[in-house]
Amino acid sequence: MPNPFTPESSAALPGPEWLRQRRGTVLAGLDDVERPDADEEVWRYSRIGELDLSAFAPTAGPPASRPAAVPDLTAGAVAVVTVSDGWITSVEVDGGAPDGLFVGPVGELPDGDELYGATLEEPVDLFGHLNRAYGPEPLAIVVPDGLRVEGHVVVHLHVSGEGIAAFPRLLVRCGADSGVTVLEVQTSEDVEALVASVLEATVGPAGRLRHAVLQELSPRVWQLGHQEVHVHRDAGVELFAAGLGGDYARTRTDCRLLGRGAEGRITAAYFGDREQALDYRTFQEHAAPDTSSELLFKGALDGSARSVYTGLIRVRPEAVRTRADQTNRNIKLSPDAWAESVPNLEIETDDVMCSHASTVSPVDEDQRFYLESRGVPTVVAERLLLEGFFDEVLEAAPLPALADRLAAGLRTKLDRHDTLAGSAA
Amino acid sequence: MSGSERVLRIEGLRACVGDVEILNGIDLEVRPGEVHAVMGPNGSGKSTLSHVLMGRPGYTVTGGTATIDGVDLLGLATWERAQAGLFLCLQHPTEVPGVSLDALLAEAARAGGRDVVAVHDALRTEAGRLGIDERFLDRPLNVDLSGGEKKRNETLQLGALGARYAVLDEIDSGLDVDALATVSRRIQEATDEDGLGVLAITHFSRLLEVLEPDRVHVLAHGTIAASGGPELVDRLEAEGYGGVLGDAAADEPETSVGLPHAADFGEDPFADPLA
Repeated sequence: MPNPFTPESSAALPGPEWLRQRRGTVLAGLDDVERPDADEEVWRYSRIGELDLSAFAPTAGPPASRPAAVPDLTAGAVAVVTVSDGWITSVEVDGGAPDGLFVGPVGELPDGDELYGATLEEPVDLFGHLNRAYGPEPLAIVVPDGLRVEGHVVVHLHVSGEGIAAFPRLLVRCGADSGVTVLEVQTSEDVEALVASVLEATVGPAGRLRHAVLQELSPRVWQLGHQEVHVHRDAGVELFAAGLGGDYARTRTDCRLLGRGAEGRITAAYFGDREQALDYRTFQEHAAPDTSSELLFKGALDGSARSVYTGLIRVRPEAVRTRADQTNRNIKLSPDAWAESVPNLEIETDDVMCSHASTVSPVDEDQRFYLESRGVPTVVAERLLLEGFFDEVLEAAPLPALADRLAAGLRTKLDRHDTLAGSAA
Repeated sequence: MSGSERVLRIEGLRACVGDVEILNGIDLEVRPGEVHAVMGPNGSGKSTLSHVLMGRPGYTVTGGTATIDGVDLLGLATWERAQAGLFLCLQHPTEVPGVSLDALLAEAARAGGRDVVAVHDALRTEAGRLGIDERFLDRPLNVDLSGGEKKRNETLQLGALGARYAVLDEIDSGLDVDALATVSRRIQEATDEDGLGVLAITHFSRLLEVLEPDRVHVLAHGTIAASGGPELVDRLEAEGYGGVLGDAAADEPETSVGLPHAADFGEDPFADPLA
């Protein structure tokens, strides 16, 4: 391992005994873990070859500073958690939060060791292993059977240390017939840092989880995230991702529909500009009959930004009557922008309805002409089209406040585009 | 622009699509309140004329002029032509997901320095005149609309924007009889009440049964091959393009230059590559 990732720094991390033991086990096998390589399909087109892990160091304790609050997103929340540089630094549960809802360090749960790793026996990649070996105590959100939580839980993940590697981990368990909305907000100071986050979520029978990530990292942060979500009988999950920030920001999402009638909806909006690279890998796995999944990812790329979308719909032999859709649309706003879009199907049974579509194109010339022919200047016409392009994704945001903030973030990027386009003209 | 003669004037207009010259010198004058019909066989250059006037990408003007109330149209960007008072009713109105009529007209008003609220109100007044439900105004432009609804939508915008000259590119295509009557009546009213000048490009005489043309022009080979009053429509109906153009050629030798023989028109050898 590179120098800063020493066994001692892992061993020094606090937490319940079972967690410390697990770190040790993972650590012992770390040298045998395969290093990610752009030759692998799941890393193809990525910038992983540029990563010098030894430039980052895991942290020994939480930072002293606190991130700026996000009052627009925390209004009406039942709980607000701050995770700084991977460490849980505050947990505020509203007095009106329902009995039985647990939000806090996993060590406070009697069965925390069962929750940790419940969806992921083995990490999917090196960063998952590093998260286990060098991550502080994970945050757990547990909704007991039958509890539908009104109001949402905000998890504010913030990165403040220069040169740090942060390993936040969020564990969510929705019991049978329960429901909750979780909003992850990812922000950072203007630092060079690496964040390798993991989300593990389980949705019990007829449960409903809505989970959203608003990624507003600063321009020198690398993000390598993984989400593993298991959906059981008649349960539903809505995963939403908004990608605005970061230098290289990658999220892999595995959505596994394990019980009959399970549903998954995965939606993302991203806007890369300047030198950014935004990278999404999705797996919609259908492992039970009558399951359905719907994926819609829409992105805009400006400057010399890049995006990658690769997605696989996998239908197992037992998953008869599966319905699955996968759509990725990209708009290139500059000649130097670049988007890769690779949808895939792997179907092992008959009697399924699956579709996929992907496009990478500039703003539609006919649509622009139509608006211009009504008296709308070119720059404004493009802007209307881009705002319209993101409309259907914004409508899928689980919280109006999130949609508003994302829309504002997109507008800021469009303003920058207009300014640059205007000065170039 | 004050003091200028009020007229949409096209003189010697020539235009290419790629290397192919489609318009070979068009001369037309449309004055406020006038309805001019431009008819012609497929491939004669009808749609090209409308697109060139509006500045659609892909068309290159190679000669001639077009002015609107004294303002040079060809030197303007498409949106500036619209702001100058020109409106193009598209044959196939483009679907624009995510953009509503309200948003479009608000931006058009803003760019023209007009009162956004007034345009918003005008849109509702127009919707009432055309029997269009107000809910329709918030829907994405042309998405999932029938052919007839799209043309109503074009007419709605024409009225709300208060254009001074309208080019109607096959506005009668894809319209049922009722929709055709509604759309035509509204355009006729605009010419009578507001002095809208209309250049109605059409394949069929059907439109002209409801919209009364002051002048009728026959386009062939990218040029105006014959012009006349409304009676020309009846002759076209009775004799076809071949018959009319053959006679016109005999009566007016200057327009016969380069005219094909009547028999050529059946084969559509001048297909507009973008039509």
